[in-house]
Amino acid sequence: MRALDRKMLRDLWGMRGQALAIVFVILSGVATYVSMTSVMDSLQQTLRTYYAEYGFADGFATVRRAPELLLERIREIPGINAVETRVVSRVNLEIEGFGEPVSGTIVSVPEGEQPVLNRLFIREGRLVQPGRENEVVLNEPFAEAHGLRSGDRIAAIMNGRYRDLNIVGIGLSPEFLMQIDPASIFPDPMRYGVMWMGRSGLEAAYDMDGAFNDIAFTLAPGADIHEVIDRLDRILRPYGGQGAFGREDQQSHFFITEEFRQLERTATILPVIFLGVAAFLLNIVISRLISLQREQIAVLKAFGYSTLDVGVHYGKLVLLIVIMGAAAGTLLGCWLGRQLGDLYLRYYRFPYLDFALEPSVMVTASALTIGAALIGVAQAVGRAVKLPPAEAMRPAPPATFRATLVERLGLQRFFSQPTRMIMRDLERRPLKALLTILGISSSCAILIMGLFFYDSFDYVIHVQFGLAQREDMTVTFTDPTSTAAVFELKSLPGVIHAEPFRTVPVELRHGHLSFQTGIEGIPRDPHLRRLIDTDLKPVTIPPEGLLITERLARILDVRPGDKVIVEVQEGGRYTSSIPVAGITRQFVGVAAYMDMEAVNRLAGLGQAVSGAFLMIDRAFEQEITDSLTERPRVAGIAFQDRAIRAFRDTIAQTMLTYTFVLSLFAGVITFGVVYNSARIMLSERDRELASLRVLGFTKAEVRYILLGELAVMILLSIPLGLVLGALASAGFARSLQTDMYQLPFVLGKGTLVQASLIVLGASAASAMLVSLRLNRLDLIGVLKTRE
Amino acid sequence: MEREAVFRTRGLTKVYSMGEVQVHALRGIDIELYAGELVVLLGASGSGKSTLVNILGGLDTATAGTVFYCGMDLTQADDRELTEYRRRHVGFVFQFYNLIPSLTARENVAIVTEIAQNPITPEQALDLVGLSDRKDSFPAQLSGGQQQRVAIARAIAKQPGVLLCDEPTGALDSKTGVIVLKALERVNRELRTTTVIITHNAVQAEMADRIIYLSDGQVSDVRGNDHKKEARELTW
Ligand SMILES: Nc1ncnc2c1ncn2[C@@H]1O[C@H](COP(=O)(O)OP(=O)(O)OP(=O)(O)O)[C@@H](O)[C@H]1O
Ligand SMILES: [Mg+2]
Repeated sequence: MRALDRKMLRDLWGMRGQALAIVFVILSGVATYVSMTSVMDSLQQTLRTYYAEYGFADGFATVRRAPELLLERIREIPGINAVETRVVSRVNLEIEGFGEPVSGTIVSVPEGEQPVLNRLFIREGRLVQPGRENEVVLNEPFAEAHGLRSGDRIAAIMNGRYRDLNIVGIGLSPEFLMQIDPASIFPDPMRYGVMWMGRSGLEAAYDMDGAFNDIAFTLAPGADIHEVIDRLDRILRPYGGQGAFGREDQQSHFFITEEFRQLERTATILPVIFLGVAAFLLNIVISRLISLQREQIAVLKAFGYSTLDVGVHYGKLVLLIVIMGAAAGTLLGCWLGRQLGDLYLRYYRFPYLDFALEPSVMVTASALTIGAALIGVAQAVGRAVKLPPAEAMRPAPPATFRATLVERLGLQRFFSQPTRMIMRDLERRPLKALLTILGISSSCAILIMGLFFYDSFDYVIHVQFGLAQREDMTVTFTDPTSTAAVFELKSLPGVIHAEPFRTVPVELRHGHLSFQTGIEGIPRDPHLRRLIDTDLKPVTIPPEGLLITERLARILDVRPGDKVIVEVQEGGRYTSSIPVAGITRQFVGVAAYMDMEAVNRLAGLGQAVSGAFLMIDRAFEQEITDSLTERPRVAGIAFQDRAIRAFRDTIAQTMLTYTFVLSLFAGVITFGVVYNSARIMLSERDRELASLRVLGFTKAEVRYILLGELAVMILLSIPLGLVLGALASAGFARSLQTDMYQLPFVLGKGTLVQASLIVLGASAASAMLVSLRLNRLDLIGVLKTRE
Repeated sequence: MEREAVFRTRGLTKVYSMGEVQVHALRGIDIELYAGELVVLLGASGSGKSTLVNILGGLDTATAGTVFYCGMDLTQADDRELTEYRRRHVGFVFQFYNLIPSLTARENVAIVTEIAQNPITPEQALDLVGLSDRKDSFPAQLSGGQQQRVAIARAIAKQPGVLLCDEPTGALDSKTGVIVLKALERVNRELRTTTVIITHNAVQAEMADRIIYLSDGQVSDVRGNDHKKEARELTW
């Protein structure tokens, strides 16, 4: 082995502690990047293949009741590829040992075979058999939530009749990737489930012999979905068609794309920042490490090694470290990617996960860290060879120190000699101090970026459920119902307050832009369900005109005063033109609000309500539940506290795990940086400190000089890091906005304290390791050899 | 016989500026060094000896004037050419040893022989300075004098065209100093290496072919030596 390579290996061994810390910094950056990116790629690839393999429909339509004969006419619509008619209905379910109301959606499937579209993945058991009208297949998350297996039974109230159903299989469908109650925003598998039943059984139960009330279809290649929907709507209108819609508006797909969009932003932005910070720190650390070898570089140059030779020598040293870090980071990233993938799999309910790891992901991560390190090498070697070798080799001239500002002000008598040394050193090399401070504060900043999610989500929960939605439970009716129903609810024992609401499904259009949603009619002076904007002020509903959320205003490109075309999709279809009266900012959801009476005028069914919000006496909870489940017009009951719990659960499962991983890596990066900064400071000053020891300074005094300087820098870094972190997190929160969510930027004191404590902890650990070294400082050795 | 000049300097000037203060280390040096001769450079501390030798060795650049090495103008050479010049032609012994602390004695020599064209082996070089038994010691394990001998072994191992030694015996006792000087003498005689030795020690000047006296950045005298002694005859 060449002597130069041997020197490299010995140097590497000599700085193994620092090298290890650097390896961890790189490992954290690369692992974050690789794992997050691979999870995202895997999920997206899985979604694509799942949809393709299981025939997820391109469009859907709902009617009241249409004869099966209509199928022929639908098939003839140009642009339609495959069509399947179905019977779909809401049901109330009863599960033994579970006292609360459970609602569900039941979807027909052909008996003894897979449907043409939205095919089922059967996890256990089998499909329903012909002639067995009581057989059902349960959606897996619902079955799992209740511990139901094939062979078990479940009771359903179908069309007012009690039915005992046999569970013959547990399955999944691309149509219900996200199993969400249409009235809710979050999945709650305990209280809402999807199941599949044979077509003839469902037809019989709902008087749908030879008829259907739901269609799924796919498009021929190149077909225009809008044209197909137009034609389909024309055919279905006489049968109570409620407007066909494309995949984008299908609930499960809509939610999943929204979530994926958000996830993708998180998975792109954060890891890139992490990797960037790691690369930056690497650059600083490496270039300072090499600067320490200034004299050795001069010797090599004196004996005829070229600048390139020297650069290659240090390049090799650094590459060895970086490649170790990048390789370990990639491995860890792959492993973590799989773990996170499994976690998401439990949440998103794919039958399988197509684990994808693009080689480009690994190449990017490695190239970025290696690049940053090599640039650091080039910078440092360049700086080192700029000095003529003769000068570099001479014993470093006594540094030119100046009296510090403090001393010029005549305050030095207040400070001991060691304290003055700390101040002078900081003032003499402000750039070096600044870089160290910047390095530590950027690691503190990424800690904040990993931690602030908790605060923001808590805030959303507080606003959404503490201020805006103050009801205990929500009752929804199957059809628009007379206001008398609300009085009836109010008279139930235990109900303290009942407040009606009215929702009308509509399509809003402005120019060529359109959006399907529901207009929520809100009574004047609401007590329970209030509208709160992002400034936490209650919003008053104007007597006329629409109030829409900011996000919806952007989707439709409207400003207050503009008119939108509203197409009501309930019963017949009416269109009218309504002005936008105002725009409100909310955290969750895309919504349009109107005065309740104005909505009823729009829908044209007189004074109707869609449901009611209730405030109840908790002691009567069971009683109220029982009496409501018996009523045929009640489509669903939801309890508010359970919605909150479900919200927290969904967040906890994904975001918080993710956040935990990020914070962990941020902590490791922080430690790596602080430790390296401390070690480099020690190397830079070991001769000076050893001389002081020889002159009779105690260990404690010498330690104070070194660690005092470090402490000053850390104390400056923390506030800077908190500010940087807050700025970066605010920008990040803004970039996460989707049609569904607006993540407010909230930073709690606890998070700031936590981030500061992690930095302080890493500093304390580093300081301890460095003090150990300081105690072993070889006085004679340091003074005898010249580097 | 017209002697062949290996080095020729004309008006060689070096000014160090430190802020407002300007230090004139060399003020117009005109000298020739001839092939195969052994020159001793004498002068008071601060007279510019190290500065001159560093410029001759391509380690430092002059402020004004010219330095020719075998027809090549060192003051016009760029970094690549100076590197090549040092790699091929120059052997250094520094005032402050400047060994690589993470390499053993043998490896400190090997680091030079590995890039040389016609080197002797590191073992041979260490033999020449009487350090065969400490080949595997690290600099921190060697005394100052031993470190200096490793530095000399490193300088002669490539069999350079010129050997520039800045106080090679400064840190050594007279017995070891003589061993070192014998090694230098041997290289000079057997390989006809042009050798420059800086010293404070006038006794050592007795082994020189010529003695150049520097004072305050100028050549104050150049003297031939008619009674050249062998290194082993020297005592101080
Ligand atoms: N890098 C530098 N910056 C400023 N002045 C310098 C520098 N190097 C040398 N000098 C000055 O140049 C002059 C000549 O220095 P040089 O090192 O050549 O002396 P020297 O003759 O080798 O002395 P010694 O015998 O003590 O080694 C001295 O006055 C010295 O202070
Ligand atoms: Mg000198």
